[in-house]
Amino acid sequence: MLIYLPIAEVSTNLFTLLGVGAGVGMLSGMFGVGGGFLITPLLFFIGIPPAVAVATGANQVVASSISGVLAHLRRKTVDLKMGTVLLIGGLIGSSFGIVLFRWLSALGQVDLAVQLSYVLFLGIVGALMLQESVRAWYRTKKVGAKRRKLHQHTWVHALPFKMKFRVSGLYISVIPPILVGASVGVLSAVMGVGGGFIMVPAMIYLLGMPTKVVVGTSLFQIIFTTAYTTIMHAVTGHSVDIMLATFLILGGVIGAQLGTQIGLRLKAEQLRILLALLVLAVCIKVALDLLIRPDELYSITIAGGL
Amino acid sequence: MARAWLAGLLLLLGSLPLGASEIIGALSQNRVSLTANFSGSEILIFGAIRRSADEVLAEAEAEAAGLEDFDVVVVIEGPRQRTEVWRKDRVAGIWMNVDSVTLASVPSFYAVATSAPLTEILSPEEDEIYRISPRQAIRAEQAGDGSPEALLFAEALLRIRERTAHFMTLDRFVHVDEGILFRANVRLPPNLTEGAYTTRMYLMQGGQVVSQYRTAIFVRKDGLERWLYELAYEQPFLYGLLALVIALIAGWAASAVFRLIRQS
Repeated sequence: MLIYLPIAEVSTNLFTLLGVGAGVGMLSGMFGVGGGFLITPLLFFIGIPPAVAVATGANQVVASSISGVLAHLRRKTVDLKMGTVLLIGGLIGSSFGIVLFRWLSALGQVDLAVQLSYVLFLGIVGALMLQESVRAWYRTKKVGAKRRKLHQHTWVHALPFKMKFRVSGLYISVIPPILVGASVGVLSAVMGVGGGFIMVPAMIYLLGMPTKVVVGTSLFQIIFTTAYTTIMHAVTGHSVDIMLATFLILGGVIGAQLGTQIGLRLKAEQLRILLALLVLAVCIKVALDLLIRPDELYSITIAGGL
Repeated sequence: MARAWLAGLLLLLGSLPLGASEIIGALSQNRVSLTANFSGSEILIFGAIRRSADEVLAEAEAEAAGLEDFDVVVVIEGPRQRTEVWRKDRVAGIWMNVDSVTLASVPSFYAVATSAPLTEILSPEEDEIYRISPRQAIRAEQAGDGSPEALLFAEALLRIRERTAHFMTLDRFVHVDEGILFRANVRLPPNLTEGAYTTRMYLMQGGQVVSQYRTAIFVRKDGLERWLYELAYEQPFLYGLLALVIALIAGWAASAVFRLIRQS
């Protein structure tokens, strides 16, 4: 069944949209990532203009994150104070990202910039996570293996403006969380992602937060950052397609609930290995598109349009 | 519908003035509504050729002299847009957009239906005047700086638009009955841009345009699509908020519903 999307100005199959939403929503519930890093490339693939894909992707992330964060709030696995600090950074980053996005659109290089960011971020993050989670998995297998220290002191702990984050059991400077939030905000605006795939590892390895609260807290920050990004894209580019978003969301929220249930049954280490592999797979797919000679070297853009 | 267009034809025939040979046409519909379930639209273009009295008398002579009969060309042209064509090249191992050529005025949709292959019934000189072939319609020779290099970009544009069925050359799609009546079916694709789609009908003889007739199809978003589109452009902030509210409600509702299911 074809459906005409008023802002994207294309017709797509309704069931494709619901399917994309549900599949991505399930992963989002399992891993605590917004799923934007899968939705945006998938939307490109089914022929949605890049600007609409990015803006609508951000809107979809809001919905898939809200149902996730509610589940986490009930389990009390959200560090609201840390989330707020991350959010302040997120809003700053997102504003900058919107400006960057307009500039890249004018240069005709949005697709390339988005693809390159995907390869770069997904590649680095995926590789680091895979290495770390495989190592952790080995440790749990070996009986009597050396346990990790509770607190590892790094340069992060030497910075000023320290603050106490009780839920996370941390006493650290607000500068690293703000920087983490800001970089995630930029990605949210440029790539249409929530940024969970970069924020979750940054919270674990850089800020040293306990894994238990990481997912809920990142979802909390993501909701507000992507909400802000959605509004900004709607105002500056008129590129949010509500019709498209609604169908993605419809599939997504159902998928997310199922995913949360599956996630609870898997061990944290297994979950991290799976997420790392998924991130690497998307990275390789996007990289191949850039490296293999395209069938059609030419492409059309409507000047003064989206 | 058949009866309706026959009635239309009779009306047209009756209203023809006397004089040189003329073409007059009409459309099965002159409005296309883009609603949520829009999946393309079939347009019937039909009309009549009125031959002048001299012509009828000269017919026998012409036939003896081997002059060709009339041919009909129907053109549907979507709203024009300033269009950029980009070319990718390998830079440091990566395929990226490097060059672009801007074409000032390119129709978003372009269909040419003819009663015989276009190149046989239209001389290049007439094509240049009336801009009938897709190549002329996009002003290919004025692409960028007009260099042979820029022409490659214009050709790529034609190729891509033809592949997505936004540009169509429909040879022998116009049926001419008894040298008087003609009709053509043109399918508009699901991905249409809003605006007026000018429809031109040309009466051709010996490579020349003898007469032409113009009308238009109005393509417009309608219903919910219209409302959303207008809100997005006129009240973008409200529109953004609406997008968020839908997201929040959907997210919350799903979570609530699943909790109920688990508890029961």
